[in-house]
Amino acid sequence: MEKRVTFGRWTIGILFAVPQLILIFTFFYWPAGQAVYWSLTLQQPWGGGNIWVGLDNFRSILANADYWNSITASMIFAGISTGLAMVIALVLAALTDRQLAGSWLYRVVLIWPYGIAAPALALAFRFILAPEAGFMAVVNKVWPGFWDPGLDGADAMASIIIAFSWKYVGYNFIFFLAAFQAIPRSLIEAAAMDGSGVIRRFWDIQFPLITPTIFFLLVINITESFQDSFGIVDIMTAGGPANATNLMVYKIYSDGFKGLDYSGAAAQSIILMFLIIALTIVQFRFIERRVHYR
Amino acid sequence: MASITIRGVKKNYAKTQVVHGVDLDFASGEFVVILGPSGCGKSTLLRMIAGLEEISDGTIAIDGTVVNKLEPRERGCAMVFQNYALYPHMSVAQNIGYSLKVAGVPAAERAERVQAVARVLELEHLLDRKPMALSGGQRQRVAMGRAMIREPKVFLFDEPLSNLDAKLRVQMRSEIRKLHRRLNATSVFVTHDQVEAMTLADRLVVMNGGRVEQVGTPAEVYSRPASRFVATFVGAPAMNMLEGTVTLDGLSLLGDSRKLNVSRTGLAVGAKVAVGIRPEAVRMVAPGTPGALEASVDLIEELGAGRVIYVDLDGAPFSIVTSETVHPEPGSTVGLQFAEADLHFFSSETGGRLDVFKATVPEPAL
Repeated sequence: MEKRVTFGRWTIGILFAVPQLILIFTFFYWPAGQAVYWSLTLQQPWGGGNIWVGLDNFRSILANADYWNSITASMIFAGISTGLAMVIALVLAALTDRQLAGSWLYRVVLIWPYGIAAPALALAFRFILAPEAGFMAVVNKVWPGFWDPGLDGADAMASIIIAFSWKYVGYNFIFFLAAFQAIPRSLIEAAAMDGSGVIRRFWDIQFPLITPTIFFLLVINITESFQDSFGIVDIMTAGGPANATNLMVYKIYSDGFKGLDYSGAAAQSIILMFLIIALTIVQFRFIERRVHYR
Repeated sequence: MASITIRGVKKNYAKTQVVHGVDLDFASGEFVVILGPSGCGKSTLLRMIAGLEEISDGTIAIDGTVVNKLEPRERGCAMVFQNYALYPHMSVAQNIGYSLKVAGVPAAERAERVQAVARVLELEHLLDRKPMALSGGQRQRVAMGRAMIREPKVFLFDEPLSNLDAKLRVQMRSEIRKLHRRLNATSVFVTHDQVEAMTLADRLVVMNGGRVEQVGTPAEVYSRPASRFVATFVGAPAMNMLEGTVTLDGLSLLGDSRKLNVSRTGLAVGAKVAVGIRPEAVRMVAPGTPGALEASVDLIEELGAGRVIYVDLDGAPFSIVTSETVHPEPGSTVGLQFAEADLHFFSSETGGRLDVFKATVPEPAL
């Protein structure tokens, strides 16, 4: 039986929890509650009173083709960038796990991209992927018109996917490497004695044993690709061209703070919240079953 | 069935050398135990045979083929690991059958062979379980099954019993022995447990500090240890060692405080030696008996069938194993007697065994 420290009176326990509760309430429940309230009313752009409209905000959003376009763009962005960030990180971590001299260096260096603010890295990628100068200009010279994120929606989408994936490869790598390292060496050796080659060992032994980590990262990456993409979109494409990269989180911002439609934006954020909750539930229901917890 | 030939094998990690040139020959079908304290290089040697560790220098040949550059799977060895190394996400049947699956054996034949192995190891009712749901002894048997199913030329065991409790260890020991008799594959078993080593081995290899100290049958190693290290490492309680100097009429022990009359040893007068005597070879007699060494009793360990009596010989620890029902009081004085033939002499400088003219000497009680 585990030994526990208990408080004599429940009030002391509550007092210890109060700072955390205040933080959660002030920065999560209060704004979320406010958003729900706004989504059910029509707010005046410059303040001063509102009208209760029930679900009218939701009806008008869901009837809008632009909004559905935004959902599609968000899904494409989430799918491809999560896939890229995870696969690249997995391959890098698997290779690093085999030759570990100086692994501390990889760990330190590869966490840095995650520490960079999204707008800062977006600015960097805006220069790197600029069609008029640098590497892409050379490519454009060979194949004229090959790359222009300012005109071509697909190019713009590719740009923000590259920037976002780059940031999350480092984050995923750290977790994957730790997961690989946690597999006892003797398991790999036993598989080698059983006649299994490097690739076979990866699929038969290592991959099944890191599925808990893969699942965790999948949930985190998809959630973050819906939320953390704002800074990148704002700096690199501002939702364009022709709404091609107008992701849900960016549309909330532009409708709310540029279009001054607070109520519509609030309704959109409620929808985004439910979408992420739904996606997470789906992942837990259908993917977690295939995870081998040790 | 395969012979193993090891020639001048060395192992370096960066700057430190852990195996300093080992030469060994294991005959086909032999059960060899490599015994040594932790860090002596025994596991490293085993892993070099298996192909899990690069060989820095020298050659290892299995059945006459040098295997230095071969992958583990090409060497025809199977290995049982200390922590069993069972695949946690696979069932017992999948664990045992994994090597066959890798080799592309059809599912039906695979299932049949897994069944056959499971029958031998009495695992049939556990085939669907995951390793998590097995006891230590069962896991051990699954690990054995995984090695057996490949019908390997060579079995390698890396301290496979050290994670089991004492009772299970004894049981698995005899099972391994039976299994070897049945399969008759060349087996190399690494352990630091000398009881395990003595009971299992056809031939014993004692290693220390990356070198082979002695190779021989368990009886040979016990009765004629080749070095001071082997003498004190093999046998429990350890062999008693007394520092001494050879004199004209015998030995002076413990810095001249004791004298021991022994017949001519053939050793140079004045030579520094260590004299070893097994605790089992010492007889307790009444103090004052002529020729007996006197010592004071420190501690008695009751073993049921016998007892270990620890005595103090002018500050030197000394132990006696006796099955007689004697119970000397701690602090009392006893006399110690032993036959000259039971004495072992080792060089104080090199630690190597010094052979004396024992055979020609009649056996006077000292």
